[in-house]
Amino acid sequence: MKKLKNIIISFSVLFFLSFETAYSDNIKIGTEGAYPPWNAKDSAGNLIGFEIDLAKELCTIAKHECTIVEQDWDGMIPALVMRKFDIIMAGMSITEERLKAIDFSQGYADEVASFAVMKGSPLEGIQTPESLSLSKKSAKAKKTLKILSDAFDGKTVGVQTGTSFQNFLESGDAGNVKIKVYKTQDEVNLDLTSGRIDASLAAAVAHTDYAEKSKKPVLLVGPTLSGGIFGNGVGIGARKASNSEIGKRDAKILKDFNNAINTARQKGIISKLAIKHFGFDASM
Amino acid sequence: MDLELMLNSLPKLLFATLITLKLLASSLTAGLVLALVFSIMRISKNNFLFYFSYIFSNIFRGTPLLVQIFIIYYGFGQIEYLRSTIFWVIFKEPFGCAMFALSLNTAAYTSEILRSAFETVKVGYVEAGQSLGLSKKKIFYKIRLPLAIHQSLSAYGNEIILLMKGTALASTVTLMDITGVARNIISTSFKPIEVFIVAGSIYLCLTFLIQYLIKIAENKFKINV
Amino acid sequence: MEYLHFGSTGWGDELFFATLMTIAVSITAMVIGFLFALIFTPLKLSNFFFLRLLANSYTTFVRGIPELLIIYLFFFGGSASLMFVAKLFGYNGYIEINAFMTGAFAIGIISGAYSTEVLRGAIQSLDKGQFEACKALGLKKPIYFFKIILPQVLRLAIPNLNNIWQITLKDTSLISVTGLVEIMRQSYIAAGSTRDPLFFYSIAACLYLILTFLSLKFFNKIEKKYREGFKWI
Repeated sequence: MKKLKNIIISFSVLFFLSFETAYSDNIKIGTEGAYPPWNAKDSAGNLIGFEIDLAKELCTIAKHECTIVEQDWDGMIPALVMRKFDIIMAGMSITEERLKAIDFSQGYADEVASFAVMKGSPLEGIQTPESLSLSKKSAKAKKTLKILSDAFDGKTVGVQTGTSFQNFLESGDAGNVKIKVYKTQDEVNLDLTSGRIDASLAAAVAHTDYAEKSKKPVLLVGPTLSGGIFGNGVGIGARKASNSEIGKRDAKILKDFNNAINTARQKGIISKLAIKHFGFDASM
Repeated sequence: MDLELMLNSLPKLLFATLITLKLLASSLTAGLVLALVFSIMRISKNNFLFYFSYIFSNIFRGTPLLVQIFIIYYGFGQIEYLRSTIFWVIFKEPFGCAMFALSLNTAAYTSEILRSAFETVKVGYVEAGQSLGLSKKKIFYKIRLPLAIHQSLSAYGNEIILLMKGTALASTVTLMDITGVARNIISTSFKPIEVFIVAGSIYLCLTFLIQYLIKIAENKFKINV
Repeated sequence: MEYLHFGSTGWGDELFFATLMTIAVSITAMVIGFLFALIFTPLKLSNFFFLRLLANSYTTFVRGIPELLIIYLFFFGGSASLMFVAKLFGYNGYIEINAFMTGAFAIGIISGAYSTEVLRGAIQSLDKGQFEACKALGLKKPIYFFKIILPQVLRLAIPNLNNIWQITLKDTSLISVTGLVEIMRQSYIAAGSTRDPLFFYSIAACLYLILTFLSLKFFNKIEKKYREGFKWI
């Protein structure tokens, strides 16, 4: 009986000791770690990528101590709201839908989306203009969308869950498409190469990075897509400000990082990192 | 508590319930047929058949269902040879892969249930059959098999419920069953708790339904022994 | 096979630590589950309707809903509900439970529901004479429950507890969604990084097989030890 009581007590102590209360000045940054070249993991398990480097720079400028926390993409925003971390830097585009739930900093980098197919696919070589911006409903945009809908009619396209890419396909602008939703971009890539899906829709750089690293014949097709439902660039996600004491702390963090982005942009840090990871200057 | 969201997600989730039920029914049927085959192999005197079903049963009961589904969906998908055979028709679709994995999994557990039921059939009944001059085959089909089925009904009912819970794992390979649709709704509404309450309630109703059906079956098969 | 080297180029060491993590979570979850069972089994057999209702709701809910949903609920709702409770006490700060305890607790609750049923079944199949002897000796309920009934119940329950241990061990593969690095998650990461899912998930399957096999041997030994002196069963 005494032994049992001891076990119960020690487990309760362990249980309560595992609580952490966070009021420190240590800023926690949430990232996915599975979306190269924005954020990824190397073979030793360390987080690497454009946003990891950028985060370190911004924290130095803003004079905050930062820790980077990993979080699965589909739980990213709930985890932020639950205070698991303070800001999100995970290739998250600033879209109207997300703005309903959280706040964003100014954009620090542009993200254009693109379809990708395997070499030899009937979708290769669709004739479209090079880029398409959905912010203006121009006649040219409508025509390009029509070309896309006709080409993708009845085809299966894979996307990562909770992305603006999924929203675009579900809006019907790409026509009658069968949408398959996956937890991570990795899984989309796997099914693209095994032929379960006809095409994949994601950030153009994500496709080119995968083609490069996996040596599989993955090609971009169609125009590069941006604007409108795809959002206005990638920014830092933060909780909505409120009047409580914690809310004020959140607002201050966002302000500090906005200023840091300005400074980093002026000093050319963002451009330099963008060229290093993307191969071109994707900074905003 | 966002009640509006809960009400809005209900029709989508109910529609997905059809897929869950379809997966459950097909895996259950295929699994049961396989289980009968495997349990007969298990009690046979042939060494090869015995060890084959023994190893099969232990592999599928000793590894998590999630690992099995991942190997069959993502692992098999990477095998180029498989993609050129006609089997690819099954393995291309997440439903096919999930059904394959679930059938094998439930077959392993069910064959164990049937095997232990076979082995605990009271010797007296078999001896009675022998004293009546029935052939070995007749004894098997008319005495041992029905008694074994009767004894395993309750444990099998449990297995059906476990299988139903296993179908939720098919959502990890893009199948839009109840859990898959629930996760989809959450990724746009960012309100996990409300959606999971609705999804959980649907599963609970299914559990009660299955338990009720098993009770009816048990009453029907009541042998006065 | 170079994938499995220990060191920074191979995944061998990561998988080794992941296996240790799986064992750690499983043991913690099993203990938590057993404690739950010790609480809820007497409730299930109690004379008060509400206590029985509480215990029955617990086992029905947890055994009727997929484990994946329960783990999601815990992961997303865990901190929220804890903070809600803390707010009632006036604490407005942020509480976070680390991933290990969240996962272990979630699986512990699931394991506990099954353990409760097993203990209940074992108690009810115990010889009624034991209970009558205790009452005749005038022993109080808590004393005789823990000193006389429970040890005998454990002997009857051990084969089923082995089943529950196997289920708990395999359920730990589901907490990969909380980010805890156990076998399934590590294989997932390795498969993604090397783009060789078949290899790594097969390795994961082997690791689990080894664990379940060793557990089976271990439980058989314990079962034999407990059976010493008993002729039947």
